[in-house]
Amino acid sequence: MTWLSKSPWILHYDASSCNGCDIEVLACLSPLYDVERFGIINTGNPKHADVLVITGGINEQNREVVRNLYAQMPDPKVVVAVGICASSGGVFRECYNVVGGIDCVIPVDVYVPGCAARPESIIDGIVKALSILEEKKKNGTQSSPAPGSGAGGAQ
Amino acid sequence: MSKKIIVPFGPQHPVLPEPIHVDLVLEDERVVEAIPSIGYIHRGLETLVAKREYPEYVYIAERTCGICSFIHGMTYCQAVEQVMDIEVPERALYLRTIWSEYSRLHSHLLWLGLFADAVGFENLFMASWKAREFVLDVLEETTGGRVIQGSCKVGGVRRDIPGKTLERMARDLDVFERELKDIAGVFLNDESIIGRTRGVGVLSRDDAYYLGAMGPTARGSGVGIDLRKTGYAAYGKLQFKPVVETGGDCYSRCAVRVKELFTSIDLIRQAAAKIPEGEIEVKPKGNPDGEYFSRAEQPRGELVHYVKGDGSKHLVRSRIRTPTLTNLPPLVKMLAGCELADVPVIVLSIDPCIGCMER
Repeated sequence: MTWLSKSPWILHYDASSCNGCDIEVLACLSPLYDVERFGIINTGNPKHADVLVITGGINEQNREVVRNLYAQMPDPKVVVAVGICASSGGVFRECYNVVGGIDCVIPVDVYVPGCAARPESIIDGIVKALSILEEKKKNGTQSSPAPGSGAGGAQ
Repeated sequence: MSKKIIVPFGPQHPVLPEPIHVDLVLEDERVVEAIPSIGYIHRGLETLVAKREYPEYVYIAERTCGICSFIHGMTYCQAVEQVMDIEVPERALYLRTIWSEYSRLHSHLLWLGLFADAVGFENLFMASWKAREFVLDVLEETTGGRVIQGSCKVGGVRRDIPGKTLERMARDLDVFERELKDIAGVFLNDESIIGRTRGVGVLSRDDAYYLGAMGPTARGSGVGIDLRKTGYAAYGKLQFKPVVETGGDCYSRCAVRVKELFTSIDLIRQAAAKIPEGEIEVKPKGNPDGEYFSRAEQPRGELVHYVKGDGSKHLVRSRIRTPTLTNLPPLVKMLAGCELADVPVIVLSIDPCIGCMER
């Protein structure tokens, strides 16, 4: 454990989720689960964030928003896809406006299952992401630009 | 006269758990006009009726929104039951009422927490969300799911609540009610909350009526519309009065929701006392042929599910009209003329549920 995994800051974005997973991500902050005891803070600023938590699948309009948020986060960074929609599109994968899971736009490090994902599994997913974050820091890996976004990430 | 500037608000913003984009046209610190744009979480789930059979579509209807998922499933089932002329057993109707009211408690407490956060009262946010966990525990115990319940089906409900459990639930509500009274006192009387909310984002009664406001947004402006009074499920057999406030500002909308918590508790107690013994479901025969508009009171206002069947296993059309969409024109009206710093509070005061709105 170093300073990085002791106090990871999280950026939460709702891609096209039904809110079920969103409110469970927020429930992790409530006194029952209280992730702040691990130093985890939900920030609204991508420049401050280490972990990008995304719920819901990608659709035509938020594709650029997700790419943009990812590109704005400083290295090292990890992405956690929370819920089945973020992992594969879930029950909505056959909808005309849904492209698929988060991994069709940005690289994903941890997939959290469930519809809606339970707070316990979300916390577990983020803890798993922290060890990946540590590794990335040790190896000094620069994240590759998001696939399909051209050189230097999307603007 | 100063120059006009446009400040973008969202889609990713600290106070918004969900993405909505509003272009705020400012003159100094004052908002002259607000132009919303939506579509960040549109999925197009209404078209899935062509790919799922009508009993399976309940799962999709429930996933329109994770906050009021039970009410979505119930409204869809009501529509299909009307088309197919299914008489739902009495006990199932009472169980639907009980779960609807627990959903309303959970939704209102969630909103109160977010509202406290937008006002800048972190402690109250935590208190509201702690109280909300009690409701989620009850939902998990009785249906198996915390936020997506999956306990409603065409023709009734999927599981029963045993009589002993119902008695205990009614007893536990006493403790819960005492805890809520503490929180309610802070929301209604605290100076800092009153300072941030009273006189902010005023919507007059006429505007609320003509712009089509629904739910607590309308009731906060003195329009006493409450769809539960139409008597769907078991509401026709229970006694309650819709909460109406006349201020029309953010404080009134907050007060409506705070007071509705106690109405919900009272409704659950009445339903638990009156619930009859008996079957909880009937098997649907055949396929839906015909069309119906089903309406219900969601925590945010009027929810409409329209279904149309042609006698096959797949419905021809499903249309969902959600309260947040009808509350957007009033929101634009409220935002015009407010201070920039009040925008987060006003946007939250209509309880926007973008997941529902964009489907």
